[in-house]
Amino acid sequence: MITRGFSSGRKPPTDADARIPPGQYLEQGFPVLSAGPTPRVRTEDWSFTLKHGPRPIKTWNWTEFNALPLAKMTRDIHCVTAWTKFDTAWQGVLVDDILADAGIEPPTAFTLALSFDGYTTNVPTQDLTAGKAMVALLYEGKPITPDHGGPARLLVPHLYFWKSAKWLNGLQFTERDEPGFWELRGYHIYGDPWREQRYTSDP
Amino acid sequence: MSDRPAAQSPWQTVTISRIEKRTPRVTSFFLEPSRPFAYRAGQHVDVRLTAPDGYQARRSYSIASAPEAGETIELAIERLDDGEVSPFFHDIAAVGDEVELRGPLGGHFVWSDSDGGPLLLVGGGSGVVPLMAMIRHRAARKSTVLVALVFSARVWDEVIFRDELIDLHDRRDGFDLVLALTRESARRPADYSRRLDVAMMEQSMLRLPAPPRFAFVCGSNAFVSAAAQALIDAGVPASLIRTERYGV
Ligand SMILES: Cc1cc2nc3c(=O)[nH]c(=O)nc-3n(C[C@H](O)[C@H](O)[C@H](O)COP(=O)(O)OP(=O)(O)OC[C@H]3O[C@@H](n4cnc5c(N)ncnc54)[C@H](O)[C@@H]3O)c2cc1C
Repeated sequence: MITRGFSSGRKPPTDADARIPPGQYLEQGFPVLSAGPTPRVRTEDWSFTLKHGPRPIKTWNWTEFNALPLAKMTRDIHCVTAWTKFDTAWQGVLVDDILADAGIEPPTAFTLALSFDGYTTNVPTQDLTAGKAMVALLYEGKPITPDHGGPARLLVPHLYFWKSAKWLNGLQFTERDEPGFWELRGYHIYGDPWREQRYTSDP
Repeated sequence: MSDRPAAQSPWQTVTISRIEKRTPRVTSFFLEPSRPFAYRAGQHVDVRLTAPDGYQARRSYSIASAPEAGETIELAIERLDDGEVSPFFHDIAAVGDEVELRGPLGGHFVWSDSDGGPLLLVGGGSGVVPLMAMIRHRAARKSTVLVALVFSARVWDEVIFRDELIDLHDRRDGFDLVLALTRESARRPADYSRRLDVAMMEQSMLRLPAPPRFAFVCGSNAFVSAAAQALIDAGVPASLIRTERYGV
């Protein structure tokens, strides 16, 4: 349906078009979204735990975690509130390298990302491995600010950005695909921006 | 592309039935849905505009009306001068025009009287919109849940829904309005003329007979960050605070 009187003044250049998923617009800033207040997690208090169900597999403190191999990922990110930002530059530890340090293969097909504030989000394990995702520690070369999920956030750039959990403190392997915080509140179980999987009712 | 029968589109066409200026920068748009539309206080909708060349712009807007208000959906939209969608509503949209809408959306920043209280609501500028839906819902249900709204605006004339809020406050039936004007002196005895701070949050909580069961904070990102931190510093557990950020 064409909207009377609305014209495409802001249309991005066509070479950018192919990088913008349906229903998204290009944003230069970096808006903040979260369900509650911003937790201030001190690196002294920070830890990261890998779990299989309720059972901890391995825990790292901040120093130990920072000793893992650092990788770079520069990716476009897509927020479900309809903005897309190009070329965001992150550094952190690939989920592959975390698993390698723990000496395990992924034990189940599903994973829940866990955060300090109780937030959770589910991601199929295969979307986290093979270089697809990391636990990010730096944004544009600097420590990630609390508003953007620091000290550490998950980065799964090929899914809508709510899957990239802020204030991350663990990954938990689960037997079933367990809906997380937003997934229980009307958002899509998988969240592929290219298929516009925003809300539960989207195919 | 596909020979499956098309699923019903989540988008529906709505017609603008009334336009009402609320403040110099905020205007309410009343929309008539073409399909049944049941929602909860605090939820939002996505609005989509389409240009003749197919380009689409999409933004989220909170619902200001109460679920009890009938079929009409009220949105209150602030004009951002260099924005794309909000100036369209302010400068071009007219009664009788159609736009596309999807929703209701959001299952976290919601309240109904059966959830109980007391409630502490904190809004900055157009961030009052979903809180207004909660306050109107409370009034429509004749709920006895105690509610305090701390509403920050720059000046008296930019207090969205001002007359209605003051009327509700004057009923003295458990809804308390506190205004914090940041660029003008206070006009009502209990109001403030400064930016929101911890002391203000502490005093506002004393207006409730018991600690809040939920606190809802909505506005720009900077406002929400500051207000949520002030609530935490005033002793509200972070787990009770729900936030909605309008982005920039
Ligand atoms: C859940 C939710 C509920 C909301 N509820 C409401 C509500 O009830 N009322 C309300 O008024 N708003 C609400 N908002 C905000 C609303 O969605 C829009 O963000 C707002 O109306 C601005 O949209 P716009 O198209 O006018 O501005 P945009 O075009 O998005 O621009 C916003 C600002 O960013 C800058 N900008 C963006 N892109 C560019 C660019 N390419 N070049 C230069 N500058 C740029 C502009 O300076 C402008 O001031 C809500 C947001 C959310 C997420």
